[in-house]
Amino acid sequence: MFSVFRDLIRYNMEFAVGVVLVGAIVLFSLLSFISPVDPTAIYTTIPDMPPSAEYWFGTNSRGQDLFWHLTFAFRNTLFFGLSVALLSRVISIAVGLAAGYLGGWTDRVLMFVNDIFVALPTFPILVLFYFVLRSDLDMFKLALIMACFGWPYDARLIRSVALGLKHREFTRHAVFAGMSPVKIMFEEHLPYVMPIVFATAMANMIWSIGLEVTLAVLGFTNINIPTVGTALYWANNHSAMVVGVWWWIVIPVVLIVLTFLGLFLLAVSMNEYIDPRSRLRRMGA
Amino acid sequence: MSVTTDILTVDRLRAYYQMNYFGIEREVRAVEDVTMRVKANEVYGIAGESSSGKTSLIKVLAAAIRPPLRVLEGSVTYRFNGNPLDITRAAEEEIEAVRWRHLSYIMQGSMSVLNPVRRIGRIFEDFAFRPMGLKRDAFRAAVEAHLARLHLEPGVMNSYPHELSGGMRQRVTIALATVCRPEFIIADEPTTALDVVVQKDVLAMIREVQQALGSSVVFVTHDMAVHASIADRLAIVYAGRIVEEAPTRTIFTAARHPYTRHLVASLPRIGDTSPKPSLEGRPPSLAEPPPGCRFHPRCPIAIERCRKEVPILEEWPGEHRVACFRAHEAIPAGEILHLKRGSLQ
Amino acid sequence: MTRPPLLDLRDVTKTFSMGGMLSRRHVGAVNGVSFALSAEKPEIFTIIGESGSGKTTLARMILGNEVPTSGEVLFEGENIAERRGAARLAFMARVQPIFQNPFEAFNPLKRVDRYLASTARRFLGARSRAETETPMDEALRKVGLSLKEVSGRFPHELSGGQLQRVAVARALISKPRVIVADEPVSMVDASLRMAIVNLFRRLRDELGVTIIYITHDLATAYYISDRLIIMQKGYVVEMGPARPILDAPRHPYSQLLKRSVLSFDESGAGQIKPSGRDEVDLTAESLIAGRLEPAEDGRFVRLSKPILEPRQTAGAL
Repeated sequence: MFSVFRDLIRYNMEFAVGVVLVGAIVLFSLLSFISPVDPTAIYTTIPDMPPSAEYWFGTNSRGQDLFWHLTFAFRNTLFFGLSVALLSRVISIAVGLAAGYLGGWTDRVLMFVNDIFVALPTFPILVLFYFVLRSDLDMFKLALIMACFGWPYDARLIRSVALGLKHREFTRHAVFAGMSPVKIMFEEHLPYVMPIVFATAMANMIWSIGLEVTLAVLGFTNINIPTVGTALYWANNHSAMVVGVWWWIVIPVVLIVLTFLGLFLLAVSMNEYIDPRSRLRRMGA
Repeated sequence: MSVTTDILTVDRLRAYYQMNYFGIEREVRAVEDVTMRVKANEVYGIAGESSSGKTSLIKVLAAAIRPPLRVLEGSVTYRFNGNPLDITRAAEEEIEAVRWRHLSYIMQGSMSVLNPVRRIGRIFEDFAFRPMGLKRDAFRAAVEAHLARLHLEPGVMNSYPHELSGGMRQRVTIALATVCRPEFIIADEPTTALDVVVQKDVLAMIREVQQALGSSVVFVTHDMAVHASIADRLAIVYAGRIVEEAPTRTIFTAARHPYTRHLVASLPRIGDTSPKPSLEGRPPSLAEPPPGCRFHPRCPIAIERCRKEVPILEEWPGEHRVACFRAHEAIPAGEILHLKRGSLQ
Repeated sequence: MTRPPLLDLRDVTKTFSMGGMLSRRHVGAVNGVSFALSAEKPEIFTIIGESGSGKTTLARMILGNEVPTSGEVLFEGENIAERRGAARLAFMARVQPIFQNPFEAFNPLKRVDRYLASTARRFLGARSRAETETPMDEALRKVGLSLKEVSGRFPHELSGGQLQRVAVARALISKPRVIVADEPVSMVDASLRMAIVNLFRRLRDELGVTIIYITHDLATAYYISDRLIIMQKGYVVEMGPARPILDAPRHPYSQLLKRSVLSFDESGAGQIKPSGRDEVDLTAESLIAGRLEPAEDGRFVRLSKPILEPRQTAGAL
């Protein structure tokens, strides 16, 4: 596994750039653990200071040091994106493999549910949750709700792979070797869908973070939790651009764009690397 | 044999796949030092197992050399109308000029040639209209006459490929490959996916057209029974090299190379109940072929020399060539077919 | 009291419905096939047929993967289709398959020994490591391999011949009475083909396993079979002792198949002739109207009766 990583870094430009970008953002967010300031406290420093040697990212109109504030914001946002990706991957793997391998009624029922989730309008429902839960809506609950919407497309993709695997001879061989359906799905078939799982996880993070930012900017999330979205919400609330505190908006936007770019490059390069055809060729098949 | 009757001359051809996966260099030595000639009006069979390099060899012969396949050395010279054309060096336009008109192919899956959304008549136009250079009516008449020669009704021109049976489709691809009366036809496992009855009919048809047109056919398959029925001369390919080449009859009755002798002896035949041997081991990886004779790890009669030196294809009487250091010795069949680990292998 | 036959097919028919809602039609894949395999004497029983002859559907019914539309498949006197749960598992232990392509029969991303271990655990109830590995090694030794050679290996590290032998060893772990081999040599190289065919012969002679060998290749069928059936469009056209039938087939379709086998006698003469398919009546009508009748050397041949005959005689044996 390590040698694969090393080869990818060395020979795949996209992967290397993606690792550097995402790695830098992750490091940045980890700095929050040594932060000298409380991210929820306001007016701890002089407001509206431009970036300088003392305040690297400047300070905002609420008297917060943006550098340290954004470390928390990125930590929460990345954790959120990762949770959504993880949870929705679990659902999409379970549904996709079961629908594809078991077929018949299981498939029909699961795909019916799947299509309902595809058809549901995500955004209004998230807003509805906000109105119902209000301040009870923490990052984890939001992640859970978003995960419920983030799986159906990928479940279909996984199902199509599982359908193909079902008719391969080795699956029939496994049945006659006495393997149970669960064992066949999660031991024989899962390795084949892992490439899809990885590649779609990146895309899913981009989607969920983007949606969180949108919701937060519009004020439909708990605005007291520092995230990239709420940082922009407060900036907008204080008319940061109008009063000339541009760094309050530009810095988080640049950082989130770099994050997206990094995730996208990782998704693309992994997709290429994990393509089963090239993988089988490397294995000498 | 005078040179002028050779329509294809392959001289010391070496073609490798050179790949680079995330920095891992890989070289697959698919075609190694192949020298052969195909005469006018003959069926030249190429027999070999999977991963013996026979597919790569005909890719080169068909002028379909695309990376990662590269020709490193040697020449492949066709002689159409007396003009030599070395396709390893020729310009793309020169190759395009002979393709289908002089050099055509019959492939394994008929569906890959026949565009499923076009009628057969249109497919004939796509392939043959320009090379034949006839007026539309004359072209149509020529195609119909050709179909009739292959016992196909003119009505198939109006059918879609999926409306025809598998055997019928394969006959259409043969008609398509031969409609321009090419001098040279490459047939790549054209009967492998077919049922036995259809297979025999298709083979008979290929032979019939070949004789009617006086073309040369290079026929590639791993099935020795097919070679026995259609090939005039036969080359046995093992791990990228020709190990034996002779008139088909000689291969089946007086082969000299241990691999060939094994292949022939292990063929089951109706009416023959004697135990048949099988060959232990596996064909070598073309990425790391063994030194010396590439067959030596599986060869029951290998000697020290086989492990170090590469045997060259030596001329024998009767258009026979063999690449084996021990070909001159009279080795009894029992020793060649001896089984290394009991009857189980 | 005599033991029931090992495997008994009684007038087995399978029809599939095809097409959409308006143009639904029923296609007979297997029509009224009956034969029995003796429990006393192991044999190699060959099913010969071209694509579309129903031989693979028949194999799937014998393995219990497909339920007959009518008729029944009895294994040791019990209907296969009625077996569920533990009874189904016990049946699977006794009737095991071997697949067409050795490279496809193993998951390329997994080690080959996991199939063997799973078989030992599920069918023999093995728990400990030793309990699992002893039968694995025993079975592998029967095919000329050993656990040491195979354990921890991935499919791409083994040759096609080794893989096919591991597949056979895997099937042998549960001590089956019947092995169903669907076209086991059609995808393998010539040098390997006889290794597998010879192995089948040894399984019959030394281990007493009955083998149902499904193929379109008459030459290997002649080489190893004791008895055979020849199928055309789902019907058995000829059935009985293998060599007499292949030496002198009686049914026109069997004769056509034999004529189509490429001969080595005139190798290199380039005198290949068409099969003469057009002269043989290959229509379904003659099959439906026909009836398997006993003939010489203990064989049965489907003989065409005039079309006027009532249809219900079809398929009766």
